[in-house]
Amino acid sequence: MNAPAYNFAYLDEQTKRMIRRAILKAIAIPGYQVPFASREMPMPYGWGTGGVQVTASILGPEDVLKVIDQGSDDTTNAISIRKFFAKTAGVATTTSTADATVIQTRHRIPEATLHEGQVLVFQVPIPEPLRYLEPRETETRRMHALAEYGLMHVKLYEDIARFGHIATSYAYPVKVNARYVMDPSPTPKFDNPKMDNCAALQLFGAGREKRIYAIPPYTKVVSLDFEDHPFTRYRFDAPCALCGAEDAYLDEIVTDNDGSRMFVCSDTDYCEGRQAVGHRGRESAAPHKERPHG
Amino acid sequence: MYVAVKGGERAIENAHRLLAHERRGDPDFPEVSLAQISEQLGLAVDRVMSEGSLYDRELAALAIKQARGDMIEAIFLVRAFRATLPRFGAAEPADTGKMRVARRISSTFKDIPGGQILGPTFDYTHRLLDPQLADGFFPEAPAISDALPGATPRVTDILGRDGLIEPSPQAEVDAPVGDLTREPLSFPADRDLRLQNLARADEGFLLAMGYSTQRGYGRNHPFAGEIRFGEVEVEFFAEDAGFAMPLGSIALTECQMVNQFKGSATEAPCFTRGYGLAFGQSERKAMSMALVDRALRARELGEEVLAPAQDEEFVMSHSDNVQATGFVEHLKLPHYVDFQSELGLLRKLRKEFVAAADPPPMREAAE
Repeated sequence: MNAPAYNFAYLDEQTKRMIRRAILKAIAIPGYQVPFASREMPMPYGWGTGGVQVTASILGPEDVLKVIDQGSDDTTNAISIRKFFAKTAGVATTTSTADATVIQTRHRIPEATLHEGQVLVFQVPIPEPLRYLEPRETETRRMHALAEYGLMHVKLYEDIARFGHIATSYAYPVKVNARYVMDPSPTPKFDNPKMDNCAALQLFGAGREKRIYAIPPYTKVVSLDFEDHPFTRYRFDAPCALCGAEDAYLDEIVTDNDGSRMFVCSDTDYCEGRQAVGHRGRESAAPHKERPHG
Repeated sequence: MYVAVKGGERAIENAHRLLAHERRGDPDFPEVSLAQISEQLGLAVDRVMSEGSLYDRELAALAIKQARGDMIEAIFLVRAFRATLPRFGAAEPADTGKMRVARRISSTFKDIPGGQILGPTFDYTHRLLDPQLADGFFPEAPAISDALPGATPRVTDILGRDGLIEPSPQAEVDAPVGDLTREPLSFPADRDLRLQNLARADEGFLLAMGYSTQRGYGRNHPFAGEIRFGEVEVEFFAEDAGFAMPLGSIALTECQMVNQFKGSATEAPCFTRGYGLAFGQSERKAMSMALVDRALRARELGEEVLAPAQDEEFVMSHSDNVQATGFVEHLKLPHYVDFQSELGLLRKLRKEFVAAADPPPMREAAE
């Protein structure tokens, strides 16, 4: 039988070179979706194959890797991907945002401010921000080429006409470097402002859709909005029940059959870090009022 | 209290241990061997090789065993392995005209040079469950006749000699063959890439797409010009040696559909082609592929693109079952940070809705 043997970080060097070329192009044209010859990975499409290929291509033996899903290091898919790289690349792994050189993420940007030299790798399911307005790739590529984004503004306007608000709460579209409209991946819009002028390099990998895009460090990233309906962040207005944080995005957890709820930080590293230096929450959530955060 | 809602490393390990246990089933029964799968579930192996794009019976059998018989999971295992294999180059085009045919039928002519050869087929069997098979059964030895001398010409070549069917669209001789596993797909896609996509496509998806053309969604009046199955020699042009070396032979199923004719003021009318090719004996796949290939040629043949099967972006973007299953099943992954964001928005909208109702709505008496 043809017994399989695998390279450092799984992918062969030819493939890594191809992906690095796509990454370099993506960095050179912020927000532009670069097609790349995505490979079949040993985990399913839609489970992070794009992010995994980007991570595999940039990872060196000295790197320290952190993997999060929903902000947490201990969700099953995050564990599975972290173990994959620990096994195939033998790199050091961490749960600490500050200590990591490469952070692969699904659906969140860590609460702690990222620093220079760090790379944040996003897993992206649908890279095309215009996809739900126009299903055809041939059309959407033309729209990007002509910077023809009127359709997106009409969609946001129709939301306001119908609901009184822009009814997009995650995967909220942004404009990068005043040129390309970009999908920030399905992160809650709470995280959008963290992308702007970020010190770290942000890379986005969509495996099934075969696209890579990037936001270089210190790039202007603006969430789309209107003068009379400015972009607002959202978080449930309560302190974290475990660490008392007032500024972190919260998970809502149903605690019993009567529908009691508690709210805790989605970023587990941030929450544990705060608890370690003595911050405490109330451990159980009282009913709280919601108000939008600016 | 904050219960352990988030999965742990141990939970994953235990789940996989349980999976391995379930895969083995009751240990009182003998374990199934790869040879048994390859020999007795041969058509399953053929499908996994076809859609996995890797001709290796042993690895396909292993994948089927590992996947507990889940075909798409088995195809996925083979694909993931294939992706890591180095690429030496492209083989010479396989000449199916020189196939050692085990089966070869045409529905367009009663008799053809070389004859109609039924071979091993479910066709004309009565689909009655056979209790004999349940507890071991030694079949009769197959009937044997002498192999026909010489090659068996393709039916479409016979039609082609009289110009009744369009010539097979030829690629430029020195043009490299497209490979969508090495280059990202862009639209419009040429026929080499379309055929590659269809060859890797999910059999069920192609079957439904092909079927839809028969029911009027992009009808193209097909006849099964020829279906053949057998062994074909594969050759590789070795630069060093300066000639094509035989690598071995593979089993292939080929389907050539003969479709509605076209013609114009300047061009004599002739039939058009749809083409299907698959590893092993995969007749349903090859026939469906030929129907969809013809449907996708609408643009090239100047036909109006109206039906899903004629729409290359639609077909090619959704035909791959490894991609499709991954994305559908990724809904199992946690989405709670997004859901939380949606919950917040929905609560706000509902609150505003209630506040806007002025005067507050009267509650209906309970019935």
